[in-house]
Amino acid sequence: MIELLNALLVIVLVLNLFALGNSRILSVIRIVAVQGALLGVIPLLVHERITTPALIAAVAAIGLKGIAIPAIMIRSLRAAEIKREVEPLVGLLPSIILGALATAVVLLFSRKLGAASEAASNMIIPASISTVLVGFILLITRFKALSQVLGYLVLENGIFIFGMLLIEAIPLVVEMGLLLDLFVGIFVISIITNHINQAFSSMDTRELVSLKE
Amino acid sequence: MIDTVVHLLLLLLLPPLLLGVINKTKALFAGRVGAPFLQSYYDLWKLFRKGMVFSSATTWIFRAGPLVTFAAVLMAGLLVPLGPFDAPVAFAGDLILFAYLFGLARFFTTAAALDTGSAFEGMGAAREVTFSCLSEPALFFGFLVLAKQYGSLSLTGMLHGPAGGMPASVVAPIVLVAIGLFIVMLAETCRIPVDDPNTHLELTMIHEVMVLDHSGPLLGTVLYSASIRLFVLGSVLLHLVAPFQFGDPLLDWLAFVAELLALSVAIGVIESIMARLRMRRVPYLLTGALLLCGSGFILLVR
Repeated sequence: MIELLNALLVIVLVLNLFALGNSRILSVIRIVAVQGALLGVIPLLVHERITTPALIAAVAAIGLKGIAIPAIMIRSLRAAEIKREVEPLVGLLPSIILGALATAVVLLFSRKLGAASEAASNMIIPASISTVLVGFILLITRFKALSQVLGYLVLENGIFIFGMLLIEAIPLVVEMGLLLDLFVGIFVISIITNHINQAFSSMDTRELVSLKE
Repeated sequence: MIDTVVHLLLLLLLPPLLLGVINKTKALFAGRVGAPFLQSYYDLWKLFRKGMVFSSATTWIFRAGPLVTFAAVLMAGLLVPLGPFDAPVAFAGDLILFAYLFGLARFFTTAAALDTGSAFEGMGAAREVTFSCLSEPALFFGFLVLAKQYGSLSLTGMLHGPAGGMPASVVAPIVLVAIGLFIVMLAETCRIPVDDPNTHLELTMIHEVMVLDHSGPLLGTVLYSASIRLFVLGSVLLHLVAPFQFGDPLLDWLAFVAELLALSVAIGVIESIMARLRMRRVPYLLTGALLLCGSGFILLVR
């Protein structure tokens, strides 16, 4: 079990780097969807035996993060008629290297954090912190509204991994609430981006900072 | 003794079949019947019966290029253990010889390309050398992880691993290294995300452009070496992704061949569903491979 868990977490880290290095928003959506679906499997692996709450959490996470949210985002991507992030603040290669550096630093220093020893797998904490950092990098360096949503999703994935540490402590209701919030958030953002697109003909968040009179 | 003979036979006879399997997979994806599995053998046979044409601008380097390349990859093939069996040649530090046999092959291929004096081939040589700057460190980082993990500096020792399966702490770095080495393999064997073996467009070619002037048996040698290279790197990778062994020699050899064919199918699937990367993007992919293998090392030593 723990081998599989470690392998999954490492694949999540690799997907982070792929998400950073891809300029096509559609591909990034797919990568984040795969990442979300993989994360959905983790609750089943953390437990010794499969319980009903874990099963519900897994199914809900896979259904929402792997299928529903990507479907909504692909719809709004089609409506917005944009294909790629043309000019990120930091280029693609530098942002891959930045993400890898963040991952490496987190891997090196996660031992210093006290909680790491008690976890089911010593990969959970570094994987979650570095996924959060990669989410931040995506959020900061991309300007298209949809890319920023993807950054937010990666960030949430990181938080989801961290939640695996507390899976015994967090009741199912809280987790379901989190997923619902996420879903509603993405839903609203997708609708808003459609409206932005119709009203302003640009999805660049830099041009959304000034008010029109 | 028998294992060594089988190793040699597989190394010499199996590689063109892998190309056949890849092409068949691609044909199936495209809805075609495709060339027969043995087409690469027919092609080689045809090429080896033909005459050769040499440009008057070329020297002995042009002729030596394919031969040295062939000898180097064959030697590299002898250093790699196939499946659960030991390699015919193994000594401490042979991983460095392994990496630089590929370096030697690359040097002679590019030198032969430059020897023709064609600007076109020089461009391909420049690309090949540039990309190898990134794939070679990735290969070394991958080997470093394996050598550190299993405490052996010979390929046989470090690829076989411990008898009782892998401990849990190794899985994470091994997964990283396996993904990194897979990308390196695609780059070294000039498969699709990096190079397209079918195109003859000057904008995109890397490897094909360097062998444009070779003809007849020399071209056959080049193609044969390329397939052996795929075989050798593939069998290195198989140790990481499918470290199974049954204990029975016959079963183990069959399993190894089956795994290798499955790997070829996987490469064929990737070639069918992915487009070739733009030339500018190739370094990104290779840097990614380098970073993956490097993170594997960090994960191991932290």
